[in-house]
Parts: sequence; structure tokens; C-alpha cells
Amino acid sequence: MANTLNQIVAVTALNLRSIPSRLGTSMVIVIGIAGVVGVLVALLSMGAGFEATLGGTGTPARTIVLRGGSTDELGSVITREQAQVVADAPGVARDAEGKAYTLPELYLLTDVAKPGSTSPNNVVVRGTYADVSGVRPEFRIIGGRMFQPGVREVVVGAGAAAQFETLKLGGTVDVRDGPWTIVGLFETNGDVHESELWVDVEALQTASRRQAYNSITVQLENADAFQGFKDALTTDPRLVVSVQREPDYYASRSEQLHLLIRILGYTVAVIMGIGAVFGALNVMYAAVATRTVEIATLRALGFGSLPVVVSVMIEALALSFAGGCVGALGAYLFFNGHTVNTLNFQTFSQVAFDFRVTPELIKQGLSWALGMGLLGGLFPAVRAARLPIIDALRAQ
Amino acid sequence: MSETTVSLKGITKSYTRGKQSVEVLQSLDLDIAKGDFLALMGPSGSGKTTLLNLIGGLDTPSSGELRVGDARLDQMSAGQLTKWRANHVGFVFQFYNLLPVLNAERNVELPLLLTSLSATERMRRVHIALGVVGLADRAKHKPGELSGGQAQRVAIARALVADPTLLVCDEPTGDLDRKTADEILGLLQILNREHGKTIVMVTHDPKAAEFATHTLHLDKGRLVEQATLA
Amino acid sequence: MKYLPLVWAALWRRRPRTIFTMLSITVAFLLYALLSGVNAAFNAGVEIAGADRLVATGRYSLTQVLPFGHLQQVRSLAGVHSVAGQSWFGGYYQKESNFFPQFPTEIEPYLAMYPEIVLPADQKEAILNTRTGAIIAKTLADRFGFKVGDRIPIIAGIWPLADGSNNWEFDLVGIFDTKNPKERSLYEMMLFRHDYFDEARQFGKGTIGWMVVKVDDPAQNEVIVDQIDALFANSPNETRTQTEKAFNQSFIKQMGDIGLIMSSIIGAVFFTLLFLTGNTMMQSVRERVPELAVLKTLGYSDRAVLALVLAESLALCLLAALAGIGLAALLLPGIAAKLPGFSGLSLSPATVLGAMGLAVLLALIVGLPPALRAMRLQIVDALAAH
Repeated sequence: MANTLNQIVAVTALNLRSIPSRLGTSMVIVIGIAGVVGVLVALLSMGAGFEATLGGTGTPARTIVLRGGSTDELGSVITREQAQVVADAPGVARDAEGKAYTLPELYLLTDVAKPGSTSPNNVVVRGTYADVSGVRPEFRIIGGRMFQPGVREVVVGAGAAAQFETLKLGGTVDVRDGPWTIVGLFETNGDVHESELWVDVEALQTASRRQAYNSITVQLENADAFQGFKDALTTDPRLVVSVQREPDYYASRSEQLHLLIRILGYTVAVIMGIGAVFGALNVMYAAVATRTVEIATLRALGFGSLPVVVSVMIEALALSFAGGCVGALGAYLFFNGHTVNTLNFQTFSQVAFDFRVTPELIKQGLSWALGMGLLGGLFPAVRAARLPIIDALRAQ
Repeated sequence: MSETTVSLKGITKSYTRGKQSVEVLQSLDLDIAKGDFLALMGPSGSGKTTLLNLIGGLDTPSSGELRVGDARLDQMSAGQLTKWRANHVGFVFQFYNLLPVLNAERNVELPLLLTSLSATERMRRVHIALGVVGLADRAKHKPGELSGGQAQRVAIARALVADPTLLVCDEPTGDLDRKTADEILGLLQILNREHGKTIVMVTHDPKAAEFATHTLHLDKGRLVEQATLA
Repeated sequence: MKYLPLVWAALWRRRPRTIFTMLSITVAFLLYALLSGVNAAFNAGVEIAGADRLVATGRYSLTQVLPFGHLQQVRSLAGVHSVAGQSWFGGYYQKESNFFPQFPTEIEPYLAMYPEIVLPADQKEAILNTRTGAIIAKTLADRFGFKVGDRIPIIAGIWPLADGSNNWEFDLVGIFDTKNPKERSLYEMMLFRHDYFDEARQFGKGTIGWMVVKVDDPAQNEVIVDQIDALFANSPNETRTQTEKAFNQSFIKQMGDIGLIMSSIIGAVFFTLLFLTGNTMMQSVRERVPELAVLKTLGYSDRAVLALVLAESLALCLLAALAGIGLAALLLPGIAAKLPGFSGLSLSPATVLGAMGLAVLLALIVGLPPALRAMRLQIVDALAAH
């Protein structure tokens, strides 16, 4: 056993040491696999970023109440009376004066054009309150100031501002019934609200001639109060509502786009991976062919076939792993943190998110690399072990 | 009198190796008549392969006059030499140099692809050539399936197929055993005596000289001896 | 030509190597064809949009509603041939993932202005006579197993019925298809009657989502666009009108730069492929130095040898590319049937031509260095080294 191990180490060391003399062909494996892993990680990091943005929205103690049967805020309607019923429900957190921490909000879309293009993009406009800190403590003004109640002023989320150059402090944006003034920029911990425009709810109700709200976001006393809260509302004959924890709601809004991105990523990567495996096979077969005499000599000297097989496999795996590292590193350097936005067709609105190259993804990329190396090295390794020694030596 | 097919006057050939200039052939004069079978012999490094390459139009002399048939090879460009080779010379190498991916008849056909002959005409000539070297039944075999002697015969057929003025052979028996070597030399002799081919052959093999009509010795780039046999 | 046997034989010098390389190339071109198809499907709406149709929405968003009265005002404009009002229903069949668009529509004018949609005359008759009637695209009917005569339940996501329930039901009286099968993904929808929708819904009565307008003369498009918007300027319900083409384009643009993503992926794939194939060609030529030298001794000119190596590279790349395209042609119809929204997915002549062009480019880039090397071989040195 120890002897076999020694042999394996010796042969492997020999193989690996001779790689520099075969640098050109070895590079083929490294680059081929780097390409596959790079594309895979880049595409999946798009999905990860998207999921983080949407899934990172809300806390378990916050809930969102919509009209029963509505799938998202846009199509939901909550009347003033219903909003009051919700505020009176058990489990709702309250401030020192006993006022409920609820935000009945208006939610609609407005077209914002990117500079240089006339085609618009659906951006979310949320009619909310000047002070949301009770329910959304993560909200922070990072430029300018918050809008004043009743006035046609807008604060722009950091994500939306990054995507639309026209959304600048001091500029205007068409919301409803003419242009409104942009007075501030805000952040909410990188969640989906940063892709939105926030305005005063009453100003928006007047401008859009609507009295009702779309949704109510409620801060509960704690996460465990959820069930009681939900049961009270769903059994109340005055309401037909759906009650969800905020993170669950926003995660469900990202399901389909996330699925699409994942399908795209995996399909492309699998197809590319197949191509890369063929490439690896090519290179490894060639590597074995050029070292026919060397391998035969070793076998003639008494080295077993197992060390030979293992050494070829290790070479393939080492090269693939190197390729995987290059690919993952490339994806990280080029894409991580890069902001992109697209239309989330489930909510019919634009959402901005960053590419996120997570350690999980890098691990995944590296295991793909090793998998491809395994496939690409196996057959050549077996072939190397089976070379008829005498013929190989005579060929010299 | 037989015409002089190959004529060298004052031929020198030198190579630069780094900063040094090595003179491989020194002011050589040589005449080869039509129908001669010349054996060029000499120790390694004597320049016999270099001389052969010049006669075959694979290389150009550093100075001097080189005439083969009506052509002045020393005045030809590389492109002109290429064309000339296609029509006037047939090569036979020590290691056969057949294309392993093609079978015998396709190998023999190679020089004819450069002509404008039709496919049927090409194949006709290929089969004649293979018949002359006695390998008509091996036309479809690949070099890997042939013995050393058979492969060399295919190479000779290839050298003949375009009906060249000159057959140039570089150690044609170097890789063969005695018996096979004799067969090949015998074949070359037949080509010379019965088909009138002019042959220039470089060889180590003293026995090879017995098949030739003339023998020349080269030493350090100079002709040392001229002997005529038969 | 006559050199074909030589080129072909040289290609198969090492069978496994050639096969593997070809397979890699085939796979790359399969991907190219698939992604091109997807890209084309995304842009189909732009290419095929009706030249004589306009879409008028609320000024601030497509999601705004417009008063019903707008329809009559637009109809009375000179140069307007007909108008159809539509709304967005936003429901789903059984579960949210079974998504397809449903549009309450003024059926008669709509069908008249969309000759692309083919509905048998008796079925058209039926929906005009059935208040709760609906017609659906053939691809959707196939996917969910709907037949004419079925009662289809749709759960509302936005518009509850007057009694507050979300359970709408429609009588399927017709199944339509598109004249051009490639356009199927554009019309993958269900249409039902707007008058029934307006009567049965709890709120929003008397409004429509947008108007589709057919003009008499497409040359007058921009004029009519301005006229329609002028009709409602400075009113509480301003409109924004555009040509159908511009409207479709704005959707695609919203998806982000799909074309860019596709191109980047293809670029990455081909870049990787270059290394692979280039290496194979270099290896192949390196092995054959003595043989190439022999060809030169036989009188093959430098250019001839260059051409032979290039021909080999071309044969390798073109054959493999064709295999990849062929494979895509086989797979695409199957994929199109399974993917919602992509039922028009197919292989276009443009994609095939593009692929051939890419294959030639690949062959040249990959084949040129070894070909040049072969061309420059000095016979004497090459033979001596052997």
C-alpha cells in the first residue's frame, strides 16, 4: 500500500513537472475550462444578485397585506375602511402613543426614459409617508431631503438613480398629472425598494384620482405574532385579504425571473461544458501519446498501472482546477458588483440588482471544473495504463 | 556519345551556423550523362546529401553553374525550382516518406495531382508505375500495412510516375535488411538499364556501388575519385 | 476537386482527435443557433408589427386606465380606420405559474384589424353571439388541453367579480392560429368580450386599458399619432400614442440588452473554442512536417501547401458547424413546443448564413498560423531533422 502510494507520488510528480514543456497544450484545458466556469458563474451570479435583492427585502416580523386573490401590489386594492381594520388587528406593533405601525400605500408604475432613448421603462412609484421609520427602519436619506407631506415631490431609490441618469436631484420626473420634483435620494439596505420612486401618498391619490390604497405593510410586535395576525384578518368577514411575510412575498415575485436566469445559466454552461470535456479529452489523449515511451519505460521498470492512471487523472484535475480558478476569478473581477436592471415580468416593473459572485457559486464553479477534468482525464488515463509496453518501447 | 544530363561547374555551397560560415562543397565540377546510374559515396559530413539536394533542385548553390537538362538551376527562384522539380525529378528517401494517411496508389498519385491530367488518366499511370515496381496487388494498402521493402517500392513508383528526367535517391537502402536492399538496388538497376532512367544515388553501402554504372567519392566537400564501371 | 482525398485523409490522421475537436465545434454552433433563435424570438415583435396599427395608452404608463369615451373620440378622427379597446386582465389558470395573457377586447374591430389571426368564420360568429365567450390561441389550447365547448375558469389577479369573488368563467367558443406559424409566440393569448368584462367586474367600470388603432394610410402614422394625443392633451386622461412597432420595441428594450447578453455568451464560447481548435490544427501540422516537406519535394509550391492546410481547417470547421446547425434544426421545434412564449422559435436562414460565416472565420483564424508555418518550411531542414 505504502509502495503504491510512493509510486503514485513519484509518477505524478514526474507528470506535473513535465507540464511546462507541454505548456501550450496544457493551456488549452485551462482556458477551455476557465471559459465554461466563467460563463456559468457570471450567469448564476446574476441570479444570485437578483435573489438577494428581492429576497433581502423585508424582515420576518413585517407583513404585507393585499386584496385576497391579488398576486402582487399592482393589481391589489385596499380601501380606507379595510386599512383601519388591519391597523386594529392583534399583533401589530405600536408606538408610544398607541398608533399602529402600518403603511397603507399606493403603488403604481410610471414610464421613465433612459437618456438617448425614447422607449420608456416601467418604474415603481410608491405613495407612502414622510416618516416610515416605524415600519422600515432601514430607510435612509443619502442625498437631498425627504419629500414634504401633500407636496408633489419625489425621493429616488439608489438603484433607480444608478440606472436612470435622468433621475437627478433637482430634476423632475413625470409621475401622474405632470412632472414632480426630485428632492432626495434614499437607500434601504440594497433591497428592491431601491429601484422605486417614493412620493407622498395623499399627493399621489389626488394626482391619480384614487381614494383607495394598493397594499398595507405592517410591522408586527415580533415574528411569532404573524400567525395570530393572519388568522384574525382572514377570518374577518369585512375583508378578503392575503397576508404574507414580506420576505416571502418578495421572494415569490422573483421566482420566475430567477428561474429563467438559472435555466439560461445552466443550459449554456452544460452545453459549453460538453465542448470543454471534448477539448480536455483531446489534450489528455495527446499528452498520453507524447509520453508513450516514458510511461512504457516506467511500467517496464515495475511501476504498476494504478500509479499511471492516478497520475494522469491528477494532471487532468490539476489543470482543470487551475482553469476553474481562472474562470471564477475572471467572473468575480469582471462582474461582481456590476449593476444591471431588467423587467421583472411578474411585477411588470423594472428592478435593479447587482451581479453577486458568492463563495457558494465559486465552489460550484470549481466543482464543475473538477467534474469536467475527471471526465476528460478518465479515458486517456485508462488508455495510458493499457499501453502494450513492448510496442511502445520499440517505437523508439 | 550520350548527352550530358547534369552538369556542375565550380559549385560551392556554404551554410552559416551562427557566426561561422561552413563550406560544405568546394568548387565542384561534375558531369553526369544520360542513362548513368551514379553512386555517390563518402563519410558522414562529406557533403554528399548536400550535393544530392542541389542536383535535385531542393537547394541552390552559393556559387557556380548547375545545369540539369536544359535548365539552369542556379538561376532559378524557389518558385521556379518547385515547378521544375514537379516535372523533372523523382525523389526516393531513406525513410520512404510516404504519407501514412494515404494508401499506396494515392501516394503514388500525389505528383500527378499537380498536372492537368484527368482522374482516369492519373490512375492509369499510377497502376503502370506500381506494375513496374511489382506492387500492383498492393495498391489499396496503407504504408502501415506494408513491409519496408514494399514501402520503398511504392516510394520508387511515386518517383517514377511523372516520368522525370532524373531519379534522385538518398540512402534508399539505409533502412532495409541485406536481402531487401539487394532487391531494391536490383529494381533501380532495371529502371536504369531497361527503362533508361538516369539515377543519382547517395549511399553508404559498398555493395550498392556494384549495381551502379559509376561511383564517386566525396570527402570534405571535394570529389576524391571518379571510377567508371561497366 | 482532385485534392479532396488528400485533404480528407489528412483530417482523419488521428481519428479521436478530429472527432473530439469536431464535437466541440458542433456543440458551439448548436449553442449559437439556439441563442440566435431566442434572440430572434425576442425581436420578432418588432419585425412583424403591423405597419398600419397604432397603440394608445395612458400618458404615464401602460398600466393606467382610460375612459371608454376616448374610443369614440378617436374613431371620429379623419384617417382612422377603426379602433379596438382592450384591457389587461392579469389572471391565471389554476396556478400562478400557468401564466398567459388574457385581454378583454372589443372583438369585432380587433379581429378585423389583425388579419394575422386566423379564426374560422363560425367560431367568430359564436363569440360575437356569446357574451361569456372566449377565444384562445392554438398553442395554449394544446398546452392545457382545451377544446371548443369547454368552460374555462380563470382566477382574477386584479379584477374581482361584482360579488367579490375571483373566479371568472368563460365559454371557449373558438381556437385561433396565426397565418405565419413563426408569429405564434406573439399571439399566445386568450381574448374575451370587453362588454361582459365591464358588466361583471366590481370596480373600474367604464374604463379600458388601451386602444389599438388602425389607420387608413400608414404614411400618415405620425400625423395620426400626434392628433390622437392632441385630442386628450391637458385633459385628466392624457394619452401617449405610438406605432405598434415602437410599442413592441419598448417592451424588448425593457428586458435589458438581451442581444448584448447573447452576443457576450457566444463570444465567450467561440473564444474558448478558438484555443481548442487552434491547438488541434497546430498539433496536426507539427506532426506532419516531414510529409509536408515531401510534398514540397514533389513539386507542391509553398502556396499549394498553405492552401492544403487551410482547406483542412475549413473542412473541419464547416463540417462540424453544419452538424451543429443540423442538430439545432432537429431540436428547436421540440424546444419551441415546450417553452411558453417561444412557440415561434426556429432556425432562420440568417442564422444559418451567420453560422457558416463564423465557421469560415474560425477556420481561417485557426488554420492560418499552422498554414503559414507549413508554407515556410525549408525542405532541406525539415528532411534533415527527420
